[in-house]
Amino acid sequence: MRKTVIPFGPQHPVLPEPIHLKLTVEDERIIEAIPNLGYVHRGLERLADIRDFHQMIQVVERVCGICSVIHALCYCQGIEEIMGVEVPPRARYLRVMWSELHRIQSHLLWLGLFADSFGFESLFMQFWRVREKIMDISEATTGNRVIVSVNVIGGVRRNPDPEQIRWVLAQIDWVEAELQRLEDTMLEDYTVKKRTVGKGVLTRQQAYELGAVGPVLRGSGVAQDARQTGYAAYGELHFEPVVETDGDCYARNKVRFRETLASIDLIRRAIHRLPDGEVRTKIKGIKPPQGETVNRVEQPRGELLYYLKGSGQKTLDRVRIRTPTFANIPPLLVMLPGHFLSDVPVVTLSIDPCISCTER
Amino acid sequence: MFRMTPNIVRNLVVRKSTRMYPVEVREPFAQVRGELFNDIERCIFCGTCEVKCPSQCIQVDKKACIWTCDPFACVFCGVCVDTCPAKSLYQKTKYRSPTGERIIISQQGQPRKKDKAKDRAGESGTPKGSGEEKADPGGDPAT
Repeated sequence: MRKTVIPFGPQHPVLPEPIHLKLTVEDERIIEAIPNLGYVHRGLERLADIRDFHQMIQVVERVCGICSVIHALCYCQGIEEIMGVEVPPRARYLRVMWSELHRIQSHLLWLGLFADSFGFESLFMQFWRVREKIMDISEATTGNRVIVSVNVIGGVRRNPDPEQIRWVLAQIDWVEAELQRLEDTMLEDYTVKKRTVGKGVLTRQQAYELGAVGPVLRGSGVAQDARQTGYAAYGELHFEPVVETDGDCYARNKVRFRETLASIDLIRRAIHRLPDGEVRTKIKGIKPPQGETVNRVEQPRGELLYYLKGSGQKTLDRVRIRTPTFANIPPLLVMLPGHFLSDVPVVTLSIDPCISCTER
Repeated sequence: MFRMTPNIVRNLVVRKSTRMYPVEVREPFAQVRGELFNDIERCIFCGTCEVKCPSQCIQVDKKACIWTCDPFACVFCGVCVDTCPAKSLYQKTKYRSPTGERIIISQQGQPRKKDKAKDRAGESGTPKGSGEEKADPGGDPAT
């Protein structure tokens, strides 16, 4: 059979992000997939030379719109570590709350897009309707919907009052009830299972060796989550990762769905243990960061790693970001061969690609 | 196979999830960081906002007392509002509506305000009271 090369992306109706794969196809089956990165490179890491280390918070938030809080959190934690700044306990719990809200909205966005990738339009609409409530919570508590700009070096910028906290809890209850109504469809429906079960299988061994992170790794049965390291207030919240063992698209889907419910639980626990007091340590008078650090946190898509180096100047010497999608592309290339061309969107979306993150 | 059906039936009887947007607009939340404004009467042209702004959308001409802002470069982070020493900057809860043409906001102020602020700082006994007086009305619209 003659081989054909088909470009998949960067612009494709099913893709939310400009991922580009060169697919070698024999008949209708994929033989080989070669990624082509660099389409949306913006050079954000280089901006560290120009912007001072406070302004870089706003820059790193724009690396990825969907997980802006978590990018800023990782960056701020790194700088705080170098400068030796202690974050007040209330700020640590609020950081958990906002991180988990962002995880929920990212997972709901993904669940919707995933449903859309196999043509389940009404399920897509349902997930995005629920997601809108999370966006409202973000807007009411932080001041913006997506890029919330709430983390600063030494704490957080907003301090929700008790009334607002009660309102957040009520909204989260609504979200949980709505999600439970959709659980049956997303996890048990015939059409969903037909398109996802047994597609894009990644074994536990492969996932570990290829360095997969996040739901891709946990969907293959490896219980690894950066939140287990106990950054911010996760150490005090008895966090346990969500794990599935099948390693196919359905398992990854299930991990993300269950993680969304687990995040709602984490927010409740964080709010119930929310201590009183300050939310921001003043860092006036402390010298600009001098030294280097590596910091990692858990994004909705997996483990995010920041390397920061400063030499006592206002601008940092180096900001290096390794995003989860970058780590998840090698597993994707192993998953694709052997599948039909029509399964490519489903398998590609199952790693939740965020190309603007990866190419920065 | 019909697991979505209860949801669909339910959606037929419950209230609509969407609004007829341009006609019906939801009330903004109280703490939303919307469009940026400068109360030029209160501005002391210190240039802090220009230095702190991560998108460099603000220019302050200290000598001519002109405060210029490119509203299309503003990223609504609110850093300038937080750091403004005279509390002259504030954000409304509504976002800027889209326009067809590019505009630059340029405001001309009076230099005497700067002198007044200096005088206040110079007086050892009174500045506390006057400082608070200035902070209160400025804080209201920002929140």
